[in-house]
Amino acid sequence: MSQLGIVYALLGAAVAVFLAGAGSALGVGIAGQAASGVMAEDPSKFAKVLILQLLPGTQGLYGLIIGFVTLSKIGLLGGGPVDVSVQTGLLILAACLPIGIVGLISGKSQGKTAAAAIGIVAKKPDQFGKAMLFPAMVETYAILALLISFLAVSAIQV
Amino acid sequence: MNELEYTFAVARIRALEASLLTDQVIDQLVNSPGEKQCLELLRERGWGDGGNDLDAEEMLKTEEKKTWEVIREAAPDLNVFDVFSYTKLYHNLKAAIKEVCTEVRNENIFYDDCEISGEEMLRIVENKEFSRLPGKMPEAAQDAYDTLLHTRDGQLCDVIIDKAALEAIYAVGQESEDEIIRNYAESTVAIADIKIAVRSQKTGKSIEFMRRAMAECESISIEQLMKAALSGMDAISEYLSGTSYSEGAQALGDSPSAFERWCDNRMIQTIRPQKYNSFSVGPLVAYLIARENEIKTVRIILTGKQNGFSDEAIRERVREMYV
Repeated sequence: MSQLGIVYALLGAAVAVFLAGAGSALGVGIAGQAASGVMAEDPSKFAKVLILQLLPGTQGLYGLIIGFVTLSKIGLLGGGPVDVSVQTGLLILAACLPIGIVGLISGKSQGKTAAAAIGIVAKKPDQFGKAMLFPAMVETYAILALLISFLAVSAIQV
Repeated sequence: MNELEYTFAVARIRALEASLLTDQVIDQLVNSPGEKQCLELLRERGWGDGGNDLDAEEMLKTEEKKTWEVIREAAPDLNVFDVFSYTKLYHNLKAAIKEVCTEVRNENIFYDDCEISGEEMLRIVENKEFSRLPGKMPEAAQDAYDTLLHTRDGQLCDVIIDKAALEAIYAVGQESEDEIIRNYAESTVAIADIKIAVRSQKTGKSIEFMRRAMAECESISIEQLMKAALSGMDAISEYLSGTSYSEGAQALGDSPSAFERWCDNRMIQTIRPQKYNSFSVGPLVAYLIARENEIKTVRIILTGKQNGFSDEAIRERVREMYV
């Protein structure tokens, strides 16, 4: 039974990394298409559009952080796997869900907002600072999810 | 098609929108002392092929070509844009039928930047291979060809093909998933019907003639429009004031050129929200229409300058710009 516990915990780490990473991949992909569109006509805007393209990339990093914390908690990063009960394993899985799910949704949404912001930079490069704020707003919810996942994983005793 | 497929294309269009002519530039063009100064100003804005020759017609042709090149490169699905070349395609058919039936050859009467080039169209008509034409074009081509051969009535031939073009545009609009294409088709057909009604009223055409020329659409009842046209210009204005084309009725009262101008301005107003759309085909379609409108306006200004029109007379005819 104790082996099933660690499987659940590992599944939690996988969910955090996989879903948040997928969200970022989608987001950076969408923003990247928009950035390429602008670059095709105006290569001088490279630096500005690159920054906007990278904004949706953070969700993947948040998922990675939770993945690391979880792996470290269950001893898979050194010292050997610890004994995790099924209940604790499920708790860890639940704790990983916020960043996984919110990371996926916010990553894609932030990518679309970044693409729209790239449109602003294409027409009005002097409005870059303001344009960056719109996709940055979406980041708030990824950070909130990261916070809850981090607190929850850290609070679970194994 | 998934609207995200257009992300690259829309961003590219956004970058290009920055170089569209604004109302201020159009004002500058109108205020220029002559055609040469206008062409210089346009060349500074990147118009033409970058050469030193300042030929107005060549410059406008190059700009039209550039617009379609951008659309061809950026759009993931070009079928959406077929509807915009229908006017040229049907014009080619009309010209080819007339050339074959009258056995007279003229230079430069065909458009080559559409599905079937002039040469190809001429071959199709000469060999009567109408089945090679797309959609419902074969029926219209056969009808127009027979009509011209039997009656020698060029206008009737034009009417048959123009109506077929309008019906084809409307059919594409009805089938399209994109709202902007539906709106374009609806407006194009309705405005064409209104123009037919106005011209028919002025030239005293019969209801049968109008019925042959007008195409059905949703926002205009052609039956009522035809009856109004038979009664007089005031009746047309009165009928239009009860439709979504009420401002057109007012323009109609002012002058024919004011009405033409209103038609183009209305189209620009319809597409203007696309400036704030970051996905979907809308901004691409809007760019294409905006460029065509821009080129048309520049052509009006240049023609006005060539013919020594006053700035005021030209200003009356210039269209609103998209940006």
